[in-house]
Amino acid sequence: MKAFTYERATSAREAASAAIRTPGAKFIAGGTNLLDLMKLQIETPQHLIDVNGLGLDKITPTSEGGLRVGALVRNTDLAADVRVRKDYGVLSRALVSGASGQLRNKATTAGNLLQRTRCPYFYDTTKPCNKRQPGSGCAAIGGFNRNLAVMGTSEACIATHPSDMAVAMRVLDATVETVNAAGQTRAIPIADFHRLPGATPNIETSLAPGELITAVTLPKPIGGTHIYQKVRDRASYAFALISVAAVIQPGGRGRLAFGGLAHKPWRVEAAEAQMPNGAKATASAVLAGARTTSQNAFKLPLVERTIGAVFEEAKA
Amino acid sequence: MKFDTPATANPTDRMKVLGQPHDRVDGKLKTTGTAHYAYERNDAAPNAAYGYILGSAIAKGRIESIDDADAKAAPGVLAVVTYQNAGKLGKAKNHTARMLAGPDVQHYDQAVAVVVAETFEQARAGAKLLRVNYARTAGRFDLAASQASATKPKSGNPDTAVGDFAGAFAKAAVKVDERYTTPDQSHMMMEPHSTTAAWKDGKLTLWTSNQMIAWAVGDMSETLLLPKESIHVMSPYVGGGFGSKLWVRSDAVMAALGSRAIGGRPVKLALARPQVMNNTTHRPATIQRLRIGAQKDGKITAIAHESWSGDLPGGGPETAPNATRLLYAGANRMTATRLAVLDLPEGNAMRAPGEAVGLLALEAAMDDLAEKLQMDPVQLRIINDTQVDPEKPSRQFSQRDLVGCLKTGAERFGWNKRNAVPGQVRDGRWLVGMGMASAFRDNVTMKSGARVGIDKKGVVTVATDMTDIGTGSYTIIAQTAAEMMGVPMDKVIVLLGDSSFPASSGSGGQWGGNSSTAGVYAACMALRDTVARKLGFNSTDVVFEDGKVKSGNRSVSLSEAAGDAGLSAEDSIEFGDLTKTYAQATFGAHFVEVGVDSATGEIRVRRMSGAFAAGRILNPKSARSQVIGAMTMGVGAALMEGAIVDTRFGYFVNHDLAEYHVPAHADIPMQDVFFMDELDEKSSPMKAKGIGELGLCGVGAAIANAVYNACGVRVREYPLTLDKVIGRMA
Repeated sequence: MKAFTYERATSAREAASAAIRTPGAKFIAGGTNLLDLMKLQIETPQHLIDVNGLGLDKITPTSEGGLRVGALVRNTDLAADVRVRKDYGVLSRALVSGASGQLRNKATTAGNLLQRTRCPYFYDTTKPCNKRQPGSGCAAIGGFNRNLAVMGTSEACIATHPSDMAVAMRVLDATVETVNAAGQTRAIPIADFHRLPGATPNIETSLAPGELITAVTLPKPIGGTHIYQKVRDRASYAFALISVAAVIQPGGRGRLAFGGLAHKPWRVEAAEAQMPNGAKATASAVLAGARTTSQNAFKLPLVERTIGAVFEEAKA
Repeated sequence: MKFDTPATANPTDRMKVLGQPHDRVDGKLKTTGTAHYAYERNDAAPNAAYGYILGSAIAKGRIESIDDADAKAAPGVLAVVTYQNAGKLGKAKNHTARMLAGPDVQHYDQAVAVVVAETFEQARAGAKLLRVNYARTAGRFDLAASQASATKPKSGNPDTAVGDFAGAFAKAAVKVDERYTTPDQSHMMMEPHSTTAAWKDGKLTLWTSNQMIAWAVGDMSETLLLPKESIHVMSPYVGGGFGSKLWVRSDAVMAALGSRAIGGRPVKLALARPQVMNNTTHRPATIQRLRIGAQKDGKITAIAHESWSGDLPGGGPETAPNATRLLYAGANRMTATRLAVLDLPEGNAMRAPGEAVGLLALEAAMDDLAEKLQMDPVQLRIINDTQVDPEKPSRQFSQRDLVGCLKTGAERFGWNKRNAVPGQVRDGRWLVGMGMASAFRDNVTMKSGARVGIDKKGVVTVATDMTDIGTGSYTIIAQTAAEMMGVPMDKVIVLLGDSSFPASSGSGGQWGGNSSTAGVYAACMALRDTVARKLGFNSTDVVFEDGKVKSGNRSVSLSEAAGDAGLSAEDSIEFGDLTKTYAQATFGAHFVEVGVDSATGEIRVRRMSGAFAAGRILNPKSARSQVIGAMTMGVGAALMEGAIVDTRFGYFVNHDLAEYHVPAHADIPMQDVFFMDELDEKSSPMKAKGIGELGLCGVGAAIANAVYNACGVRVREYPLTLDKVIGRMA
């Protein structure tokens, strides 16, 4: 870990200003990912702006009938919130399937969205990684990539986004609210928040420099059966090989979003029209354009089989 | 004391303290954080500086240059030690690769430098500032690609043969011929390799985390070219080893070099988790071929087990066929062990080396055979039981209750409820299956010494360099001394893990429990003699009980006998050739129920049950802990563990506990453990055998067999991850 300076922000706008003012600054909230990355010198911020004191830790109703989740609401608290459990069950289930109790107690809503990939080459500073060191190459292509992306990949990067929570937010059409140093606020649809890697896998979100997430807004509840099916190599404390966030309405229509497939939560709205036609048709539409390796090709049949299981569960 | 004839009645038979489920005597220290581990010796080595190792970024080649200017100038950095300024170093016989690279690099993450600084963060940041230029040369990292180049190892028993395997196999009515692979595995004990080192007047003190204290002194002596007398090693508490701490590793050597570079001030150094995987040793991957031929009645007529593994030049093989030489009858048999040169980090012993991976193949092949014979897998094993060494029928087993384990285990588990046809049992989405396997592990004994004293308060103190690597050595040694000297447990003090104490067996190969307590037995017998002689008692009828020494109608308290000066005696147990005249091994049977998700192919163990025969169980509570821990390790080996080699760079790529999976709590169900009532008089005066590794042997195959029974898919490439299953499921 490199030495860094530290400050505690007292307002969101001030935090954003501090980030603009200090090159190489980073916000820190729960620190469950950032501190690990700093120890390994994958992230080497000169300055940390602690946003824990900003008061953004409330879950409040919106005038549209939805919920506004403060950026600092801890994963444990969000998962346990009665309104979330009742109306956004997929989100609650996704949250509790991730990490461990201790991590969820620390991890925040905004921080969870901003998690960085678990690609092993990103984590190893002696290896090429375009995300960590732009232009150095991608060691994962041609390397150990069993759990890496099959959708939306590029020649520069096949990393996945590791979050479970973000997959559920994607299926719920959440909106990410931000503020910048000038005090301007922005509402970014979750679909546009995370980016595909393209030629710049180091740029992972549509946040501008210094822009701070203040909340995630969930639209009015849409009813339906909420399912989060996470498929993994052990029963707990493992990242998804694939995951399916589903909200299924009577009659079999609904929405599906996927984790473990891409650089962002993966959702193909057009494919959802195929849901009444069954798992095979749906998976085929979701996975159009997939690019696999010999190690991760199993994800395609796994998606189809898991969609099938989710459809069965919704009927039950 | 020489142990060369079977034990007769002795004081251990009282079983007042021995054989009882005593809590760990060190439990309170551990649960309150007051047991000082090697990295936490502020009490003994205050004001320690911190060391951090920079490992090689290449797997094979040469260090061209090292620029340490920025590192040396970094805040807090006190010293940088590399091969250029370390002074002359040797290579210990126990080490395959050198502990410090340079100029040649032998494997990825081999230590290139240690940076010593005032704080841990400064040392680690300093290491990042070292600029090392390497000249990389091509290496061999792929076992399958190197299989054809494998050769016969020079030592051990690489080839065994009895009868005419080829002829008998060709003629066999029912045959199995299958190939199996097991991956490289990392020990991944909780406490990484850690050392605090300090020098004074040319003498080195090491507080280190180590299983074998006398070996540690020897390894350090050979590495630092220092007399053994100048090295003091202490390792009273060890946070797990599993074989990775049988020898000192770079943490000890580099901490010692770091301390020497700053004038002897203590330096503490713990390997980072990725270094545990790539800087130290691992269990080597294997390719195995099993051929079994049987008559229609199930009797094995031909059995062959071949194994290929790799290691650095000068290293050794994984002896996977070990168990196959002794487990089942069969007149025609052969094994072959072959070794390829690989430039991966050093391959070496991990819990139950040989058997752990060998049984993953053998016991899966037996399941195949049972199915082809349409015979119950338990019955197949009973039919092929042998009471003699099948390679040398004149040599009997000292004790062998495999059949008892099979029957008892099957009964406890409810094996008779198994549907032999795969894929028939469902529980909602889950396909449910049952599988079983035999457990087998050699019983090894090692010379072991101890010193036992009594003071004027009647307190018995045992000192031996034996280690407790989480196994319960403190407790069973205390139980042994209490039983032998006739005192309660709270009158016994056990001091372990110090090279100034009598040399012991150490902990490894499941020999530690039996051997070290036998050494304490020997010392206690000597002390009893000393006491009896001092009191003028006839040593043949003397009884030690209730804190007293009794003979005829005379009775003297131990404290009185000890007097102000106290009494003490030292002895060791030396094992004769009973292991040659008798085959000595431990046995068991594993029964497992698994669920396979019919959609996703996820495999989860639902319950596990095992029966084990391993001589006298010295403490059923700590023995059970050993077995359930080993069963848990077996779940990992079967379902998730595997160090992935990136053959482009020659290293294990999933080098932390987020990516190298071991079972989490949620993976482990109810575990039932039953110990057969057994004494083995030919093993030691304790009549005990090893129990630390047996529980791992065979369990993975039982899981693989249960997976087959659940869903009809046989996977012979461990671990059984779902990607190997879903493509072949209905």
